[in-house]
Amino acid sequence: MRIITVDDSSTMRRIIKNTLKRIGYGDEILEAENGKEALDVLSNNEVDLIITDWNMPVMDGLTFVKKVRSDSKFDDVPIIMVTTEAAKEDIITALKAGVNNYVVKPFTPQVLKEKIEAVMGLKD
Amino acid sequence: MSAKLSVEWVNPFIGATEEILSTVAMIEPKRGKLMLKRDNTVEYDVSGIIGITGEAVGSIALSFPKKTAIDVVSNFTGEEVLGIDADTADAIGELTNMIAGRAKKLFSEKGIKLKISVPNVVIGKNHTISSPKGTPTIVIPFESQNGNFAIQVSLVPNKSED
Ligand SMILES: [Mg+2]
Repeated sequence: MRIITVDDSSTMRRIIKNTLKRIGYGDEILEAENGKEALDVLSNNEVDLIITDWNMPVMDGLTFVKKVRSDSKFDDVPIIMVTTEAAKEDIITALKAGVNNYVVKPFTPQVLKEKIEAVMGLKD
Repeated sequence: MSAKLSVEWVNPFIGATEEILSTVAMIEPKRGKLMLKRDNTVEYDVSGIIGITGEAVGSIALSFPKKTAIDVVSNFTGEEVLGIDADTADAIGELTNMIAGRAKKLFSEKGIKLKISVPNVVIGKNHTISSPKGTPTIVIPFESQNGNFAIQVSLVPNKSED
């Protein structure tokens, strides 16, 4: 499974990558620092799952999700948002924009694993 | 903004700091006495700063001495940290982001909507954190087994968003 992790924090990208490896999803991980960079990566690479932050400079996660969802090329790729934005109205905003599942930072490996299994249809 | 109101505005940041640092950095901070601050200097070595807009405007800063920053980031990332470099600064920024995000949620539960910016990190002995004129800054010192650190909350309610 090929996953792209999008986060402006290099620390967070490293933590997410290490977590993905630990929970068995570390085969192929692409990275981007913001939504714009992620769109560039996606234009040349197919991915099975997008894991994106919300608060990022240049292009934030919400804008990125809307762009992904409006492009027929990858509008069915599952998206998990991993963010510090934990207010109820923010979660609703993200889900409306096309996010499939939501993880609040800080998160445990178990939570990320469950959310991935849920969006990939590996568990009902 | 009255002193009493200030404390109400500050408490969510205190709770968020204690919660996030104990969860991700395994440190148990003990809060000291709140102080109203007159100038913008910080006697710490590294600060993560996040701008706040919405129903209140200002910033929150999380400041550490070098040793505490190194311990906190080592615990957070699970990697050995030797000094304050770009990676350490990035991690401090992300911790500040988590604290601001958590505080934002606590405010939202009280019906106060805030927006938070991406973090900025300032490194250097006795650096300054600027806050707009007329914005009171409250310093909350913390003690921990890894040394003392502080958060600074600089906020004024934003009437135009009422
Ligand atoms: Mg971010």
